[in-house]
Amino acid sequence: MIYSEKVMEHFQNPRNVGVIKDADGVGQVGNPVCGDMMSFYIKVKDNRIMDVKFQTFGCGAAIAVSSMVSEMAMGKTLEEAMKITNKSVAEELGGLPKNKLHCSNLGADALHKAIENYHEKQKGIKKEKAEEAPVEKPAESEECTCPYCEGPLGELEGICGSCNIELEDCPECGKAKKKGAEDCPHCGATKVRV
Amino acid sequence: MKRVYLDHIASTPLHPEVFEAMLPHLKENFGNPQSLHSVGQEALRAVEEAREKVAQLIHAQASEVYFTSSGSESNNFALKGLALAQRSRGTHIVLSAVEHQSVLHSAKSLDKLGFSTSLVPVDEWGMVDPEEVKKAITKETVLVSVMLANSEVGTVQPVQEIAEVCRASDVLFHTDAVAAVGNVPVNVSELGVDALSLAGNQFYGPKGSAALFVKKGIRILPFIDGGIQEGGRRAGTEDVPAIVGLGKAAELAMRDMEKRAEAARPFRDRLIQELPQRVDHVFLTGHTEKRLSHHASFCIEFIEGEAMLLNLDMQGISASSGSACTSKALKASHVLLAMGIDHALAQGSLVFSLIEDTTSEDINYLLEVFPPVIERLRKMSPLYTKYLEEKEK
Repeated sequence: MIYSEKVMEHFQNPRNVGVIKDADGVGQVGNPVCGDMMSFYIKVKDNRIMDVKFQTFGCGAAIAVSSMVSEMAMGKTLEEAMKITNKSVAEELGGLPKNKLHCSNLGADALHKAIENYHEKQKGIKKEKAEEAPVEKPAESEECTCPYCEGPLGELEGICGSCNIELEDCPECGKAKKKGAEDCPHCGATKVRV
Repeated sequence: MKRVYLDHIASTPLHPEVFEAMLPHLKENFGNPQSLHSVGQEALRAVEEAREKVAQLIHAQASEVYFTSSGSESNNFALKGLALAQRSRGTHIVLSAVEHQSVLHSAKSLDKLGFSTSLVPVDEWGMVDPEEVKKAITKETVLVSVMLANSEVGTVQPVQEIAEVCRASDVLFHTDAVAAVGNVPVNVSELGVDALSLAGNQFYGPKGSAALFVKKGIRILPFIDGGIQEGGRRAGTEDVPAIVGLGKAAELAMRDMEKRAEAARPFRDRLIQELPQRVDHVFLTGHTEKRLSHHASFCIEFIEGEAMLLNLDMQGISASSGSACTSKALKASHVLLAMGIDHALAQGSLVFSLIEDTTSEDINYLLEVFPPVIERLRKMSPLYTKYLEEKEK
């Protein structure tokens, strides 16, 4: 099995699946073009996340990550929840396959967006309903374009279909970086080698 | 737990008779076919007997069959060996948009050596129009490669017509027949192909057994330089057990192919008919009639393929998906996208491919466990929730 026991356990019994109709904050990230899409809904009371629900379109890792993020966020203060990172999620799950690391980015991002959405609503900057929270535009997501030439990656694995450079997954964030390059254009990690 | 294996396209199981045929070559008949002594000569005899059987399966001559280690190697060998041998005549290659990665990537490598590639589109059923191939051929074109059958959507291509187009333009034609050989009748002279790839683990032979047919008189550069094995075109000590297994699998295919296809067809048709009846928003991919007899492929809307595969596996069912998440590149299947299927729907790709041992009970079981698996994942899907909300409005 490509996944750890913990990942499979969350995949089989995901916690907090669903929608909160009168959510205080909603965050949505990803798009089906690149494979995953997550929606997070939070209820906040006295600066604490009292309830959290999610929905995910995606692979086993994406579902497990959403479940884990929801579990980690439940009952935390907003500040504490903002400190949940893709790394801590992946760690809690007992690791993720290298090419699935981007799923853990999405999970933490979706939660953070829901918190940001909550703050915005509190400040009254945005008076729209939670359901109308900003959604990332499809087809412009980073995973589908080359980080160097910004052209489409195309269908060939390991090579950018636009500028032909060889690519590999960054061991830190899992996104595509130039093969052999020591710096990752996505997460800014330096001195990394696969 | 009940286990139902429906992933023929990934690999068929090894046929017990193939296993028996291979066994002596893993034990006492260990000789190197290039040795002059009798132990070696016994191995050579076994290799040549296998070559004869593989040739018979595709109606070729034994001298036209080169053993390789995989379908991917055969495709690499064909693309690179044929294109580079023709380099002085031109540097343009024509492929269909739905070729296997080993064909597409070989062309990509050739592009780095100064070749250029044109991709011929397919229609919504994954079918290549021979007229489109004709249009793509230029004065510079030296090679066309279009697969015989697509493993992801099951569509069988009009290879004979495409070969005619190529012959009329004096361009070499290779077909990747890995998904087809051993499952459908293949006759290289009737098809009119110059080269053809096949692999043993698609018809109950061992993994690591494959071959490339190259028509007599066609120039092809060696793929592995070294000794005189495989006519000096693919050096390296022969994998005798694998080759013997391939030969035996070819022999069994000649005997059982029709029987296997006849057994699989009603099961395939049942899946194609009943899965969309049992679950809404399930669509057949590939051609409705011109498709492999053991192949039923679908796109299931609002959910993703890998999650489906994991759930089906928990129920004991082994299937495949062309979804982005099951490939390391995290891209939606190039085959489905080329057919005009949108990204989100392509993520829900699912392929059931039947094997010899598939029973009516297996199909019943699949039809029974499939709807709750889909329902479970759709409950989690934001796309499905959105769809339901819009439907209510």
